[in-house]
Amino acid sequence: MSPIKKEKIQTKDFRYYVTLCLDKLQSKWKTIIIFIPFAWLLLFFLTPFFIVAKISLAELVITSPPFSKMIDWVDGSVITIRLVFDNFIYIFDDPLYARTYLNSVKIALISTFLALLIGYPIAYAIVRSKPVTKQLLLFAIILPFWTSFLLRVYAWMGLLADQGTINNILIYLGVTDTPIRLLYTEFAVYIGIVYTYLPFMILPLYANMEKLDGSLNEAAADLGSGPINTFFRITLPLSLPGIIAGSLLVFIPATGEYVIPDLLGGGNVQMIGRQLYNEFARNIDWPVASAVAIVLLLLLVLPMAIYQHYQAKAAEVK
Amino acid sequence: MHNERSGFLTFMLTVGLAFLYIPMVLLVIYSFNYSKLVPVWGGWSTRWYKVLFESPEVWEAVRLSLQIAFINATFATMLGALAGLAMVRFGKFRGRTLFGGMLVAPLVMPEVITGLSLLIFFISLKELIGWPLERGFTTITIAHITFSLAYVAVIVQARLTGMGVSLEEAAADLGAKPFKVISSITLPRLAPGLLSGWLLAFCLSLDDLVIASFVTGPGSTTLPILIFSRIRLGLRPDINALATIIIIFVAILVAIAAYIMLRQQRRELIDQQMAARGDV
Repeated sequence: MSPIKKEKIQTKDFRYYVTLCLDKLQSKWKTIIIFIPFAWLLLFFLTPFFIVAKISLAELVITSPPFSKMIDWVDGSVITIRLVFDNFIYIFDDPLYARTYLNSVKIALISTFLALLIGYPIAYAIVRSKPVTKQLLLFAIILPFWTSFLLRVYAWMGLLADQGTINNILIYLGVTDTPIRLLYTEFAVYIGIVYTYLPFMILPLYANMEKLDGSLNEAAADLGSGPINTFFRITLPLSLPGIIAGSLLVFIPATGEYVIPDLLGGGNVQMIGRQLYNEFARNIDWPVASAVAIVLLLLLVLPMAIYQHYQAKAAEVK
Repeated sequence: MHNERSGFLTFMLTVGLAFLYIPMVLLVIYSFNYSKLVPVWGGWSTRWYKVLFESPEVWEAVRLSLQIAFINATFATMLGALAGLAMVRFGKFRGRTLFGGMLVAPLVMPEVITGLSLLIFFISLKELIGWPLERGFTTITIAHITFSLAYVAVIVQARLTGMGVSLEEAAADLGAKPFKVISSITLPRLAPGLLSGWLLAFCLSLDDLVIASFVTGPGSTTLPILIFSRIRLGLRPDINALATIIIIFVAILVAIAAYIMLRQQRRELIDQQMAARGDV
């Protein structure tokens, strides 16, 4: 073996060694980079749910904090176990809770459908705009999402109140003599949810439709398909992932909504988020509040899993 | 996909934008109403702004909310950037599914559930290790970081995916060490995304009512908590004035974020065109 060749091999080995070291360093860095946010979320996002699940199986005691301690439960005698399901039995026995859960799901479903009905043509219109207009329109849709949620709900209080803008206009036009009751009704809650969650519907729809292949529509048109036929047989089926993502993004948080039913529905609209808050704030019954939260969470686990599935799929496609 | 918009679509777009903006415009107009009754017009006036500025509780709430929002945005951006980096650039790692799930869940989780669980968590923690002694600034900030970081991670992930890996690979091939690659290629290109993530986290924190209501303690009243306690009883002209200030403040922040993102996009487009020309 000539000395030159030997030298070459040595450089190669050295290089290889360095890359190996860098890889090791990198994997150490990788671990640190993953670990920090992972640990944060485990501690402050996941652990709290387990504690809530545990508290939901505790009994109310008149101390601070107002629930029995972990140790009582860990001891786990038969008597304790009988006691601990009380909160859930209470929830399922009381027709008020069943009605409130059902009402929340109903309101969330109808609002989601309305948001889709309004949001879909808007998203489609944005996709079909010129590039510069597109950017401006997207900005216009996103802007309300950044501005205060609370204040946007408040804006509707001013519109819907008995002496509010809408009633003033109706009276001025002579449609009615006395104000129509709009605020503190279920109708107001629908408006509030559709209004505040509309950007959540439009953005996933837009993201999905933006990627659709326009040549399919052209092909359909060339083959003699009318615009309505093309829409229902090509555009609509292809935009299904966007529809599902947008709908879930509205439906899931709307089901647990607290602010909107409280401010726009008053005491007249029963929704579970509001019930939970009252259970916690007014009755200070934290075990029952926790049980209410767990049941709500179980109700929403499936929609959440579907949403996560679609998100993961969308990420893979990219 | 860009053809002309049909009349129906243009009509829906106009109605939709009107639906989104008219309530806010009215809110702003009525803040300049002299009348004490919000919807009854009594002439133009700035008296409610004066009332607002002379209220010490409002100033205190603004100070607390801005402090929380600032710290939250800073930490959420750091954690969210790391999380986004891990999800996009590290391929498969153990616990990735759980990690991804925990990054998506805060975006859709009803606030009452997050709020209640964090409250009970903080109380249990206090029982266990004696910390946090008092609920308020610290607990609200931790709660806000937890959900804000998920939003930042979404922005960072989108940006990293859009950036591609070719420049990093090129730098590594030319002998740049990983740290050098990150500091001189990845970070500068990610910067606009980080900035808009920071601004979004800031706004989210400034806006949060429900979670803050759960995890706050006596004496810590953030701006949304103050506003909520006042508007529960009905319309108030001073809240209209406050709302106007907040809306304008946020609009400016968003405009800055949008401008930075657009400028970056345009610059990259020009770079790409120049590179393409160079190839030929």
